[in-house]
Amino acid sequence: MKPAPFDYARPADWSAALALLAAGARPVAGGQSLGPMLNLRVATPEKLADLRHLPGYAGVTQQGGTIRIGAGTTHAAIEDGAVPGRLGAILAGVARRIAYRPVRNRGTIGGSLAHADPAADWVAVLPCFRGEAVVLGPAGERRVKLERFVTGMLATALSPEELLLAVELPALPEAARWGHWKFCRKPGEFSKATACVLAVPGEAPRAVLAALDAPPFVVADASALCAAPEAEAARLVAALDVADPWRAAIARTALRRAAEAAS
Amino acid sequence: MKRPISLTVNGRAETVLAEPRTHLAGLLREGLRLTGTHIGCEHGVCGACTVEVDGAPARACLLHAGAAEGASVRTVEGFDGDAVMTALREAFSAEHALQCGYCTPGMLVTARDIILRLPDADEARVREELAGNLCRCTGYRGIVRAILRVLAQRRG
Repeated sequence: MKPAPFDYARPADWSAALALLAAGARPVAGGQSLGPMLNLRVATPEKLADLRHLPGYAGVTQQGGTIRIGAGTTHAAIEDGAVPGRLGAILAGVARRIAYRPVRNRGTIGGSLAHADPAADWVAVLPCFRGEAVVLGPAGERRVKLERFVTGMLATALSPEELLLAVELPALPEAARWGHWKFCRKPGEFSKATACVLAVPGEAPRAVLAALDAPPFVVADASALCAAPEAEAARLVAALDVADPWRAAIARTALRRAAEAAS
Repeated sequence: MKRPISLTVNGRAETVLAEPRTHLAGLLREGLRLTGTHIGCEHGVCGACTVEVDGAPARACLLHAGAAEGASVRTVEGFDGDAVMTALREAFSAEHALQCGYCTPGMLVTARDIILRLPDADEARVREELAGNLCRCTGYRGIVRAILRVLAQRRG
């Protein structure tokens, strides 16, 4: 289908972008999630504010132990190694399995996170890291812990006047172990259940279970899951009250496999 | 309301009148009569409309006219003299990699990207990379063989 009519603006700087949002424009970056919704007329914004050309929107920088990934950084750039070190290797593996390469060439990490589709890969994976979202609004910058950023289906901690500038994640030691499993019957389709487990030496392992039509479920201390993946995955999923038995079954399996890979 | 959209298509500067909601595939086909770009699902799944935008494959159905302003686009009509595309066309013919041809323009753009980006790809990787381009005629066997043939040729 063709989208309903909308107007389009390309702000030249951040204050112009915020002014557009204050006037009701819908922000868009790569448009790989919003684009299908526009074409299917599920989303009918009056005006789009295209953030892609804003200075500093894309790119990765490291300061001390913190790696900052600009919200406009594409999945393809992350797949191709834009993020340094062990964290970069982990994120590259996640990025490679997002949709398809032509989508990854346009789609961005910030756009995906701010869109907050429960089945999206960055929505599922980023809360596993002890990181923050950097948010720009009319009152300046503020930070939101990544585990609190997505609040529901297509809902985030952003107000309509705010933009996601970047995500900041801790650099990881080479010894950090990672497990990630997502259930897709075909490569690139929306996940039916995604789990990831991060075990950094000297810290409690963390786990996330996502893509269950709900905000990502974060296990802040996944020590028990890593010690007994099968039993603990069953206990955690049972407590989540997943409506469909098949969905609960693949959620259990995703969590167990991610924990086994990280142990 | 229509507005002039300026972009480069197959090396030529073009200005097309289009509404912001018009997608690039529609702009190419209806505004510029470049009908080699095919429209399938119009929500980013089938891959028929895949073209090169600023040097990398992209879905022409998910890029709306406003966002395409200033972009450099190459469609299946724009690869004359390109060595990889020439080899792919011959391999697609030799390996029966198309029947109805609807998916072929998108397949060729994706295939060329696989060959240039992943010169060491094996069959499993080629199949994974092709997951974003649907073909309902060939069962993919001929397409996979054609891409593997060009990869092997280039490895010498």
